[in-house]
Amino acid sequence: MTTSPEFAITTKDMNLWYGTFQALFDINLRIKKGIITSMIGPSGCGKSTFLRSVDRINERLGYVRITGAVDVFNQNIYAPSVELSQLRKQVGMVFQRPNPLPISIRDNVLFGYRIHNDSGRKISKSDEEAVLEDALRQVLLWDQVKDRLDQKASVGLSLEEMQKLCIARLLPVKPSILLMDEPCSALDPKGTAAVEELIWELRGRYSILIVTHNMAQARRASEECIFMLMGKVVEHTSTEDMFVAPAHQETANYIEGRYG
Amino acid sequence: MTAHSAIQPTHVTVGDAKDKNWYIDKSFEILMFICGISAIIFVVGIFLFVFKEGLGFILGDMNFSEFFLSQKWRPTSLNKATYGILAMVAGTAAVTGLAMLICLPISIGAAIFIAEFAKGRTREILKIVIEFLAAIPSVVWGFIALSIMNPLIINVFDVPMGLGVLNSAIILALMAAPIVTSIAEDAFKAVPDTYREAAEALGATRWQTIYKVILPAAKNGLLSAGLLGVGRGFGETMAILMASGHSINIPTSVFDSFRALTATIAAELGETAVGSPHYQSLFAIGIFLFLITFIINMTADFIVRGVRKG
Repeated sequence: MTTSPEFAITTKDMNLWYGTFQALFDINLRIKKGIITSMIGPSGCGKSTFLRSVDRINERLGYVRITGAVDVFNQNIYAPSVELSQLRKQVGMVFQRPNPLPISIRDNVLFGYRIHNDSGRKISKSDEEAVLEDALRQVLLWDQVKDRLDQKASVGLSLEEMQKLCIARLLPVKPSILLMDEPCSALDPKGTAAVEELIWELRGRYSILIVTHNMAQARRASEECIFMLMGKVVEHTSTEDMFVAPAHQETANYIEGRYG
Repeated sequence: MTAHSAIQPTHVTVGDAKDKNWYIDKSFEILMFICGISAIIFVVGIFLFVFKEGLGFILGDMNFSEFFLSQKWRPTSLNKATYGILAMVAGTAAVTGLAMLICLPISIGAAIFIAEFAKGRTREILKIVIEFLAAIPSVVWGFIALSIMNPLIINVFDVPMGLGVLNSAIILALMAAPIVTSIAEDAFKAVPDTYREAAEALGATRWQTIYKVILPAAKNGLLSAGLLGVGRGFGETMAILMASGHSINIPTSVFDSFRALTATIAAELGETAVGSPHYQSLFAIGIFLFLITFIINMTADFIVRGVRKG
């Protein structure tokens, strides 16, 4: 591959089953690199399932089966040679409920950085400090937490700060894709606005795929939009077109709030 | 007032509520209350009984510094009876410590396997087998100590006698393993799955997840599992009586024979005259054991409560 690929995630005829229940049907998507793509659709339509199969975290369940192809930057991530640890270094995930690890703020941010240190030599203290500060500055959290880096991350932080921390800990391993599963649904309006602003800030540096229930959020905070229904992709266009002139009746119905 | 009566008001007087069902309900409530507090009554009763029997000795013949600092346990001496439990405390502590050194790595390893790796039938079978281990009577462990461990230790280490600290510690470790494993497993289960998911999504392997996230998160539960194991070690009697060699002696090597506090009570109580200083001194040992296990269990309990709150 000489030219850098145009698409971050591409799927071809992807089907997914939980046991005998089929959750995704013939997903063919090409998600562009470097922009924010949002996924909308009613509960149970498979958007989170799709998201969770891009970093293969779905497999923890043990009864998930997938056919078809899922490529991340033209690499088939379901090929037998793929190492999960490497895939998850490249594809970071932000969960619905902020889930900081029960260790200090510092250790949270450096968690991925330390486990992906394959060089064999020990990371120097000053190196760690620089990485830590950079990550926390990128998520606009440095000023709030710089005096309590050794405090436990699960206490004393607001949900908004926790979610920012969860984004911050992805950055030191330099992922190219960030998956976000309703990252603001546990937050109050002020926190939502702050995290949305942050996501918008990260645009360009990362390819971001964000699942949301909040139509206004999809409209505000994404450049392309995917509408899913009953495990199928109905429409994938620019967000503007989706909300102004949807091509399908189902999309229009959903956007106008006739079901959801 | 029920929803029914709200819709259709009927003239129910208060006295009418005490029908047959009301009395059945009330009497069951009282019965359950008695069952509920009986545990407390028994504990307090046992404590008072043991304390009453031992009190005469504690106030009379007992010399605190002799009791705790002398190794001479000669309650039947005609010239001068001495009641020193130091050797027994040392023996019990040594064997409990060694037993925990053997038991904790095995039990925590087993708990990690059951809680984090084993799935479906493997997990169920393992749990049943471990619970079965807990159901083996103490005296059967004593048989194993005498007839299997004893010759084994003699052969393997080329020592004259296989009864002593090592034998007792191995038996005690096996006896404590089921409870320690099951409490450690609970501690791992109590770690929210979101932590595992978060760590794995960051690219951590299973082992890195366990080592860096699960173990630190479960450490209080593991500590309390260890303490309960220690409590078990101090309290165990029959198997230790059979495995220890039962000679009064501060052990200096793992092959030395020793005598446990509990075993002394078990072996001597039947041969003493009720109310004699010897009889009472055994109760004083009982009080001492009671206090130690009480403190250990309370500490374990507080730690577990701390886990639930945090």
